[in-house]
Amino acid sequence: MSNQPPTPLFLERRSYRRRRLMDALRLLPLVGVLLWMLPLFWPSEAATDAALEPVPMSRAVIYVFLVWLGLICAAFALWRGLWSDETPDKDAA
Amino acid sequence: MTSINQLIGISLAYVAFLFAIAFFAERSAARGRGGWMRSPLVYTLSLSIYCTAWTFYGAVGYAARSGMEFVTIYLGPSLVMLGWWWVLRKLVRIGRAQRATSIADLISARYGKSNLLAIVVTVMAVIGVTPYIALQLQSVTLSLTVFSGPEGVRDPLNQASAAFWVAVGLALFTVLFGTRNLNANERHSGVVMAIAVESVVKLVALIAVGVFVVWGVAGGYGPMLERIDASPIGEWQMDRSRWVALTALSAAAFLCLPRMFQVLVVENENERHLQIASWAFPIYLMLMSLFVVPIAVVGLDLMPAGSNPDLFVLTIPLSQGQSGLATLSFLGGFSSATSMVIVATLALSTMVSNHVVMPVWLTTQGEGAQVSGDVRNVVIFARRASILLILGLGYLYYRVSGGGAALAAIGLISFVGVAQFLPALLGGLFWRAATHWGAVAGLVTGFAVWLYASFLPSFGPDAALSASVLADGPWGIGWLRPRALFGIEGVDPTVHAVIWSLTLNTTMFIAVSLLSFPSPLERLQGAQFVNVFEHSTQPREWNAALAASEDLMIMTQRILGAPEAQTLFRAEARRQGLSGHLPEPTQGFLQTLERELAGSVGAATAHAMISQLVGGASVSVQDLMAVADESAQILEYSNQIEAKSQELARTAGQLREANEKLTALSVQKDAFLSQISHELRTPMTSIRSFSEILRDTDGLGQVEKTKYASIIHGEAIRLTRLLDDLLDLSVLENGQVSLNLETGRLEDILEQAVVTARAGSAGQLDIQRERTNETQVLTTDLDRLSQVFINLVTNAGKYCDAQAPRLRIDVEADDVGMRVVFRDNGTQIPLGARALIFEKFARLNDKEGSGAGLGLAICREIMTRLGGDISYHPEPTGNAFVVHLPRDVALAAQ
Repeated sequence: MSNQPPTPLFLERRSYRRRRLMDALRLLPLVGVLLWMLPLFWPSEAATDAALEPVPMSRAVIYVFLVWLGLICAAFALWRGLWSDETPDKDAA
Repeated sequence: MTSINQLIGISLAYVAFLFAIAFFAERSAARGRGGWMRSPLVYTLSLSIYCTAWTFYGAVGYAARSGMEFVTIYLGPSLVMLGWWWVLRKLVRIGRAQRATSIADLISARYGKSNLLAIVVTVMAVIGVTPYIALQLQSVTLSLTVFSGPEGVRDPLNQASAAFWVAVGLALFTVLFGTRNLNANERHSGVVMAIAVESVVKLVALIAVGVFVVWGVAGGYGPMLERIDASPIGEWQMDRSRWVALTALSAAAFLCLPRMFQVLVVENENERHLQIASWAFPIYLMLMSLFVVPIAVVGLDLMPAGSNPDLFVLTIPLSQGQSGLATLSFLGGFSSATSMVIVATLALSTMVSNHVVMPVWLTTQGEGAQVSGDVRNVVIFARRASILLILGLGYLYYRVSGGGAALAAIGLISFVGVAQFLPALLGGLFWRAATHWGAVAGLVTGFAVWLYASFLPSFGPDAALSASVLADGPWGIGWLRPRALFGIEGVDPTVHAVIWSLTLNTTMFIAVSLLSFPSPLERLQGAQFVNVFEHSTQPREWNAALAASEDLMIMTQRILGAPEAQTLFRAEARRQGLSGHLPEPTQGFLQTLERELAGSVGAATAHAMISQLVGGASVSVQDLMAVADESAQILEYSNQIEAKSQELARTAGQLREANEKLTALSVQKDAFLSQISHELRTPMTSIRSFSEILRDTDGLGQVEKTKYASIIHGEAIRLTRLLDDLLDLSVLENGQVSLNLETGRLEDILEQAVVTARAGSAGQLDIQRERTNETQVLTTDLDRLSQVFINLVTNAGKYCDAQAPRLRIDVEADDVGMRVVFRDNGTQIPLGARALIFEKFARLNDKEGSGAGLGLAICREIMTRLGGDISYHPEPTGNAFVVHLPRDVALAAQ
């Protein structure tokens, strides 16, 4: 909309940091997709092709859950950085 | 071992506990003390109705069959929550802004509050979700049978009656807590609290079994990992297409499932809760799936071959003699099933009653909302009937399908069914050009493909579709085989259904949207949805003047209840500054009211009800054009008023100026009169005194007599000249002078003026002229012009105080005509006096007292009459008077 105030060219350091955190927040699901779709490249035909070393299930389980944990920690850290300073009193209202 | 009766007793006690929790939650919410219940924690836990009995029991079975693939069902929702900024944030904001009561309500509101669309979505949701409800009933009865004895001696009739009683219990709970309050925002504190508690129970149960399996059976973390690798699912096996498709599908279903919409959007109290749930809910999902693989591996290891892996969660503790743990696990599964059924039924019944029952009822009433009676009762009755209908359908489905393996597959099939809402939903949120007909076309296409390629074949050959159709396609057309559409074979049936249904759905949605044209209301709503973060005002217009407040009040009372409606109306009246309890039906109020009503009966119905009272069913193009016309007229009118007020302001300014001028003239006149009396009195005084001397003094000598008589004579001449000048000026000023136009050369005029002036006082003046420049021929009143020149030369002679007084007369051409410049070498006129020299009676000094101060005033008047001008310019060494003559004076004669 034309009547909106123009976006400032330079931001103060704090709001600049905040915007980059929001960028990271937006990118987070894409990182998740990338990491969780990585198993697509693991050899799945190991049973039929003896030349391929099969991936043990335990390693697969650990990988999937480590990615999960990492994403959750990242999401939590971003939330802390962006919103945790808001007063939680508003919840009760 | 816990007996079946004990188990039923425990279940009943648990259900009673849930009833109590829901009851107290409702009560404290009604007393306004429900703040703690509306915490982010409760919101996050309520989202866990995503994890149904299908995931509670089924995930282990799934893992036992296909390894890690089960986890895709959790990865999709985790990604959606982690990426809440993209979709959920907008969805929740819009849902709250529009007071959406269900996904059908939201989609219908987006596409011009179309009830057709709401009905399509409702029917699809009922068909897609009812089997899922049946699946929950099945899981509860199946888990009950585990406790009833060894396999083979179970009585199938018992199962059916157990399912029946479970359905009755759930219906009772949903009716009690789901339709207690028909409040404006359609939130259910009791239900949400109960499902939050249930979600804790199922998480604790699953983790307890997992911990028992890892540390109790397998002997710790390390041995567990070894055991996993040694198990039949110990090597990574995956169907890559299913890995991608199921992750995407579960993400889509998470957004589109009616029950998820209910807890995510409808029950959302605060957008901050969503922020917290964005990382908290993935934790829940991760914990729910953490022990699935260990349980499956240990189950495959311990349980006899051929036992149902779906029930490992129960059978492992039982086989290890842990009946307490098994009971807890049973309660976990029971919680998963019941919470899902309650919320799904609630969401579906809201849709059915708002979009099917209420519109039908309103139509059959003829007069619509204006009939007498309490509409609220009708709404609540419709809601309750819908709950019973949906649970009845679920039970019927369970009985008809026989509770076999066909039902177990329904989980994913149901997901594919509800995922058909995704294109219409996301398109509505992000694409303004998405139209009503596009949404209808996409939904119907996707749904038809889903029915044909996924739902109907799931019953097996010769159940819904004949074996020949499944094998060879209808009429033998191979391209239309339900599981190999367009001849593409070898694809996993679920992936096949996902790809074809969503592709065709999206294609139709986009194509029809591009081809069709949205109605005005649709376009307004589209802008509201897509730009929800930019503006939150409602552009819909009601012709409020037609709606009487009383009618609105009566209708609102019937939907919201009398006290709520009166409070609402009184608050609005107070806001408008009215003393009574009925506010003016302003646009803003009607929109608020519509939203309040939409919370109870859905957007489309609320819109229809208000439109019946207000008149216009919706804003048509004609209405908009009429409004535009009217605004144009108003604009024009206000422009006219503005022009008039500007004119008035101008006139007032002119009047003010005129008044100032008159005041100044009056002051000038007074000054003139006092001046003139002074000027006349001075010579009169000397005439009188000298004539008295002549008359009264005896013995005056001849010389003296002559001297006095000459003084009297001189004064009389001066007086005459003054009077002549005054007369002259008066004539000139009044414009009565008639110009005597003659033609003559400038040189002659100047010559005459110099001669005349020299005869007077300008005798010693050295006058320099450039006669070659004075050849112009002028047509003007030559006598008057000459009078000006004489005056200027005389003045120079009189006032030039230089040792050798000198006057230089130049004739120059300029852009407006020509000018005659008289430059002398006397003292400059002081700055302050320059503005005054052309005024009457303005004299620089009183030396000799010879002039009356009228000369330059007369000169200026003359020049004005002649169409020219006279001005003063200071020179470095003296003064210059410039006489401008207009071009026509100079040219006329040439």
